[in-house]
Amino acid sequence: MKLRLTFLLALMLAQVDARAELSIQITQGVDNPIPIAVVPFSMNSGIVLSEDVSQIVRNDLEQVGEFRTLPLSNMISLPDEEQEVFYRDWRILAQDYLLVGKINQEPGSQLVQVQYEFFDVNREIKLAGEVLTGSVTQLRDIGHTISNVVFEQVTSVPGAFTSQLLYIVSEDAGPGSSLFRLEKSDYDGARPQVLLESGEPIMSPSWSPNGQDVAYVSFETGLPRIYIQNIASGQRRQITNYPNINSSPVWSPDGNKLAMVLSKDGSPDIYVQDLISNQLIRVTDHPAIDTEPSWTPDGQFIVFMSDRTGQPQIYQIALGANSYDVERLTYDCFQCAKARFLPDGVNLVHVRRETRQALYKIAILNIETLRVITLTDTSLDESPSLAPNGSMIIYATKFNGKGVLDAVSIDGRVKFRLPSTQGDVREPSWSPFLN
Amino acid sequence: MGKQRNQCFKVGLFVISLFVLGACSSTSEMEDESANTESAASSSSSSSSGAGSSNQLTQEQIRAQNALRQTVFYFDFDVAEFKPADRETLTYHARDLAANSGKRIRLEGHADERGTREYNLALGERRANGILNYFIVNGASRSQIEVVSYGEERPEQSGQSEQAYSRNRRVEVVAQ
Repeated sequence: MKLRLTFLLALMLAQVDARAELSIQITQGVDNPIPIAVVPFSMNSGIVLSEDVSQIVRNDLEQVGEFRTLPLSNMISLPDEEQEVFYRDWRILAQDYLLVGKINQEPGSQLVQVQYEFFDVNREIKLAGEVLTGSVTQLRDIGHTISNVVFEQVTSVPGAFTSQLLYIVSEDAGPGSSLFRLEKSDYDGARPQVLLESGEPIMSPSWSPNGQDVAYVSFETGLPRIYIQNIASGQRRQITNYPNINSSPVWSPDGNKLAMVLSKDGSPDIYVQDLISNQLIRVTDHPAIDTEPSWTPDGQFIVFMSDRTGQPQIYQIALGANSYDVERLTYDCFQCAKARFLPDGVNLVHVRRETRQALYKIAILNIETLRVITLTDTSLDESPSLAPNGSMIIYATKFNGKGVLDAVSIDGRVKFRLPSTQGDVREPSWSPFLN
Repeated sequence: MGKQRNQCFKVGLFVISLFVLGACSSTSEMEDESANTESAASSSSSSSSGAGSSNQLTQEQIRAQNALRQTVFYFDFDVAEFKPADRETLTYHARDLAANSGKRIRLEGHADERGTREYNLALGERRANGILNYFIVNGASRSQIEVVSYGEERPEQSGQSEQAYSRNRRVEVVAQ
């Protein structure tokens, strides 16, 4: 069953000004979502806030597909704290969980206190509750933090609602010219921020494991070169200036090394640069194309794509091994590319072209059982990136001729889309957990 | 058109190098081109009894300049080798570089959007390198040529049609 909800965040529509804002559409939900009531949070009189915190929580929970929130018009009481909660009101409405809260703001203050309480209706117990204090500009963060608590209480998996995305936008800028932007947004596309703008292409943004830096490729000098930029300060430095292609920077799990692709010795090969000693180590050495490196979760191997047999296939090599000591991981596809292991080190997310027909889909290969799950049904899918809690994969595809970002749960059951309002959006990179 | 070129090609090989050497001091190619075209047109119509060799030289000049005017070369899907039909035109480019050691060009390789972006970046480089090597084999110097691949990042035509894709798989010869 497909839940086709065109679910636009009203709050985000309110600010459709200069920048393309992404907004979420749920394109496929689960068959039996968990019923949950999120009561509008009460506010002391006179407060006008720019964001509706309980609506943000509602949107978060709907969006991951596991939950179905109760429409406000169906509620028969509107408690805002534990004393006002009557469990039978919510059992009648067949709700499993209940979230209530209240918001206080001292007159003239920029600080708000958001108190929330979360209940298990069937067991009639309070599962969680606290008071969060923040500035009026942090209401979305507060909402997402509450969503994280709810999600983890119910599913035992940490929520990823406070995580962020990096992605590239390109826009037409008159005949023969384009404008390229590296942007960062909340996981749901809200609050986009431009980190870099250029008349030349920007590619391959990659989060550092501590979430503070981004590595990317910029053509700003006319040639593809790798840069590292601090996200908070905007300070940036050029990391490479080798002849020919410098591309595909990916941080090692410990954050001390950068895997990359250089074609300085004739053809693209995988290299690792130590960011502390600046030592450059060559990992592969083959006249074919070797590219798209990623690290195994233990940091001991590099997974990469090579067309050494004629078509792109996925291989891995131990760091420090001889360059000919590679292990091929894929055999059953016409082309397999852009691979990365899930945290279990067994399931390999990749872009799969099954047959000669030019259809590209996101799939997961279990390298032990060799079972393949194809997750997507669009045809130009690329650049898969995993949520920090391992629950979803965001990727780039085309919709109505435009580049958009889609997300799919790793079991394929839940899908949502972040359509762009202008330009082509692509190359999403999902952040690690941010603190 | 293609057959005609082929016939004159062998005859004209030595002539073109003479022409190119003579023209290399010129800074205004566009003006020279239009002037040559006009004189060629008038000479072929008015003086059939004129000196055959000088007439042939002019024809060859036109052929060379037409070839040099083609600066975009298109490729088949998933293929890095340039099309055999472009060989002759690329030969003119190579000889032009060989004859003008001060000339610098940039070979910009591109791919269509199908396939992963980093692979397409590599594929664009492979396409440009194919032409680079052909130029060098035909007398150009490595130092005259810079190669850059844009992969699928700078399409010539947007959209998901086969027509758009065929325009985007290309190498552009850009004078520096």
